Amino acid sequence: MHPVRKRRLIFVGLILGAVALATGAVVYGLQKNMNYLFTPSQVLAGKAADYRTFRLGGMVENGSIVRDPHSLKVDFTVTDGDRTLPVEYTGILPDLFRANQAVITTGRMQGGTFVASEVLAKHSATYMPKELAEAMAKAHAKHHVEMPPTAGGTP
Amino acid sequence: MNRLLPLAGFLLLVVLFGYGLWWNAHHDVTAVPSPLIGKPAPAFDLPRLHDPALRVTKADLLGKPYLLNVFASWCFACGDEHPVLMAEARELGLPLIGYDYKDKPADAKAWLAARGDPYTLVVTDQSGDTAINFGVYGAPETFLIDADGIIRYKHIGPLTPGVIRDQLAPQLRKLGVQPAPGL
Amino acid sequence: MIPELGEVALILALLLALVQCVLPLLGAWRNNAALMAVARPAAAGQFVFVALSFAVLTWAFMTQDFSVAYVAQNSNLSLPWYYRFSAVWGAHEGSLLLWILILNVWTVALAAFSGHLPPKFAARVLGVLGFVSVGFLLFTLFTSSPFGRLLPAPSNGMDLNPVLQDPGLIIHPPMLYMGYVGFSVAFAFAIAALLGGALDDDWVRWARPWTNFAWAFLTAGIVLGSWWSYAELGWGGWWFWDPVENASFMPWLIGTALIHAQAVTEKRGGLRAWTLLLSIFAFSLSLLGTFLVRSGVLTSVHAFASDPRRGVYILVFLGVVVGGSLLIYALRAPKVAGGKPFALLSRETLIVIGNLMLTAAAAMVLIGTLYPLVGDAFHLGRVSVGPPYFGSLFILLMAPVVLLIPFGPFARWGKADGSALWRVLLIAGAVALGGGVLALVFGGDARAVLGTVAACYVGAGVVLYARKRWREAPAGRRYPAEMTGMLVAHAGVGVFLAGALLTTALSVERDVRLDPGQSQRIGAYDFRFEGVHEVRGPNWTAQQGKLTVLHDGAVVAVMRPQKRVYSGGQVQTEAAVSAGAMRDLYVALGEPLGSRGAWALRLYDKPFVRWLWFGGLMMMLGGFITSGDRRFRARRMRAMPVPGTATLAPRESAA
Repeated sequence: MHPVRKRRLIFVGLILGAVALATGAVVYGLQKNMNYLFTPSQVLAGKAADYRTFRLGGMVENGSIVRDPHSLKVDFTVTDGDRTLPVEYTGILPDLFRANQAVITTGRMQGGTFVASEVLAKHSATYMPKELAEAMAKAHAKHHVEMPPTAGGTP
Repeated sequence: MNRLLPLAGFLLLVVLFGYGLWWNAHHDVTAVPSPLIGKPAPAFDLPRLHDPALRVTKADLLGKPYLLNVFASWCFACGDEHPVLMAEARELGLPLIGYDYKDKPADAKAWLAARGDPYTLVVTDQSGDTAINFGVYGAPETFLIDADGIIRYKHIGPLTPGVIRDQLAPQLRKLGVQPAPGL
Repeated sequence: MIPELGEVALILALLLALVQCVLPLLGAWRNNAALMAVARPAAAGQFVFVALSFAVLTWAFMTQDFSVAYVAQNSNLSLPWYYRFSAVWGAHEGSLLLWILILNVWTVALAAFSGHLPPKFAARVLGVLGFVSVGFLLFTLFTSSPFGRLLPAPSNGMDLNPVLQDPGLIIHPPMLYMGYVGFSVAFAFAIAALLGGALDDDWVRWARPWTNFAWAFLTAGIVLGSWWSYAELGWGGWWFWDPVENASFMPWLIGTALIHAQAVTEKRGGLRAWTLLLSIFAFSLSLLGTFLVRSGVLTSVHAFASDPRRGVYILVFLGVVVGGSLLIYALRAPKVAGGKPFALLSRETLIVIGNLMLTAAAAMVLIGTLYPLVGDAFHLGRVSVGPPYFGSLFILLMAPVVLLIPFGPFARWGKADGSALWRVLLIAGAVALGGGVLALVFGGDARAVLGTVAACYVGAGVVLYARKRWREAPAGRRYPAEMTGMLVAHAGVGVFLAGALLTTALSVERDVRLDPGQSQRIGAYDFRFEGVHEVRGPNWTAQQGKLTVLHDGAVVAVMRPQKRVYSGGQVQTEAAVSAGAMRDLYVALGEPLGSRGAWALRLYDKPFVRWLWFGGLMMMLGGFITSGDRRFRARRMRAMPVPGTATLAPRESAA
């Protein structure tokens, strides 16, 4: 065979091989690692029944957070406004986790409880709870402050 | 022919991204359905911002639909939202009630004086206690409440012309409110 | 008044960018030297105005001018000056300005160091860069001006996002952008070559130092980003396959493929079309990264600005730049496969395989990153792709590349000597086996053994080749910059592999509840919790824990993790890290539990974690060294006095 033709053939073969390998691996990997997000209503309606591990999203219900006094276990309830689902988690909660905040947890159902292996708290960038705007409130309290030097503490 | 393949692949991606942008613009990504939609708005009894002697209750506002807009002078996003309200509040065809949230009345008055006041009337909730019943956890938030005092729609975050056109206006029409054409 | 000056400077920069784009391209087309000569002064002028605009914004931060909305949103009276400085690029508008500034730095550097390029080619390159700049300046001016006023001015600002108040964040974005934007130069070279017909391959040699330089910066940026998320996010991880990380990693993968493909095209004339395509891809993925981060199409932990209008603009710009360049590629790319023929067993083949694997890996990351979007589009529900997808596939795709690394330098261009490669395989394999046995003796699990094996294997390959050059090449010509850079970078891969796999295998992580005075054993270390007290910083107060770490009864570290509350009210965990060459100890405060001073604590023993960043820095160093090779600065290959010695090919061994 002509060397250029032969080289081309090898080249094309390599590309096809790589593409086939990569496609297969990607499809398999996606299937294994897809996590669907459901809300408590959807879970209670049985939509998550096909998935062993999935993500549960909603708001942490006010007053539902209960810490176990002797371990890192924490129970709380996630609501989508319609239905609620109890969640159990053992570990350290993220900084942004609090009642009435959106939360996304990854885990699986055990009995009627969602046992979470991971908890992510989110806050939206476009709007701001009171706490995040405290600095502004402070600024209003002390109008026309002289610009302080960079060092030194703040109240 | 195969030199066009990269271009074709890229165009596919562009279509996908365009769809993603469209989807995001028409859905609230961070939205959690409010437990209150379709349920009666909680009762409230709050003083008016500019005349604290007068109080406004839920019963006072029954009889026709209105929009309740939660805002505060400390809230940056409210500053973004404010010009939109100034421009479109009158076009909506229903009263816009301002709900000043966890704010000092003096600050709120100065804020409105400097920027203009788009509201039909403003109530103030300094402690934020009533807001809890509305499920408010920040500002701005906007509630659409119908003539019977039922919450029909809720938007978290600033209202934008797009949100008003695509989400709020259809809800208004359902209640028989005719927003100005173009919305 | 001064902030408006910044805006005016940006508008003037836009006008100059238009000039820099249109006139030189026109001049190159109509063969008009006067028009082509406009490129350099226009680039210089544009740089001056962009720098002025950037200086104005920095000034606004330094003087705490809260009448500028962007300053009010990202600074605070109590914010220390160094964070006010980095706050300039702490959010969307300012980081775009930084992007533009860096693009201008690259453009000016190119204008200054392109004297050896043919005038037409240089004019086209600068014109293409001008076009990119026009796009970004328009974007900034119309959707994201950082100079918008906030009236009446608040007396204090909202503060910089505390996650970004970290020394790593002062240099991470500029480094990353140097890399991202640096690929625009390789891109401009490729487009200029396509416009000019791409008849010879000289442009590749001119593009190589720039590409290596940009790649080195991107490497540094990614390493810093990884280190930052490790130190700052409090989860103790060093890579999360987060969309924003992926956005910087895809250009890196393609860039790595590109710097290797360029070598083939430059030295052998092969893979011409492929090199052109990779140049376009590398920059396209940089733009795509900007789009993904800025448009809010994908939500992520650190995509801090998102606005659909901006998204639409970037999408249109992306469509014009990438679509346009791929169209030019389709029309003008060389139709005939050129270059010298090569055998199945040759360095070309090895590089082709490596390129395919790297490209496949980039595609895999792209698919995984965009899959949630596809899921939405086809109503499959809100889907996310878990990190194991990326992790396992990445290892699968990169394993062949790692296997090939030692052979690369030994395989000759055109046709490699099989017996020489066998020898390398035997020696490197034996060393790797020895390392593996050693790891087994020390009691590591499969991943630890794998890490040791891979690192020994790659390391042995590098050492073997360095030794061969030492013995066979004449003194003074043993290690030209290009080859040294390659060896350092390849050694860096080995160090990285050791660090990444060993730390994954050997790390001990535990979330525990500790009362003051209580101890917890993690690996070989006892962490004794001494309690928590309050401390104050310039713009935060913190609960600061104290832990004494003992090893065999002797104190090895006292660690003070913090839970900070910033003046803006945001809570931020500051992990305490006791760094060491062989292991890091890492403690993060969780939350207080009960009333007796007990806290939830996250404790880690992370052996060898520094190695992976050190390996990354070696790769970076390799890129810098290579880009310094004198050979690249020659106008014509033939003009060089000693062409053969500096190539990667070990010609001497053929004798």
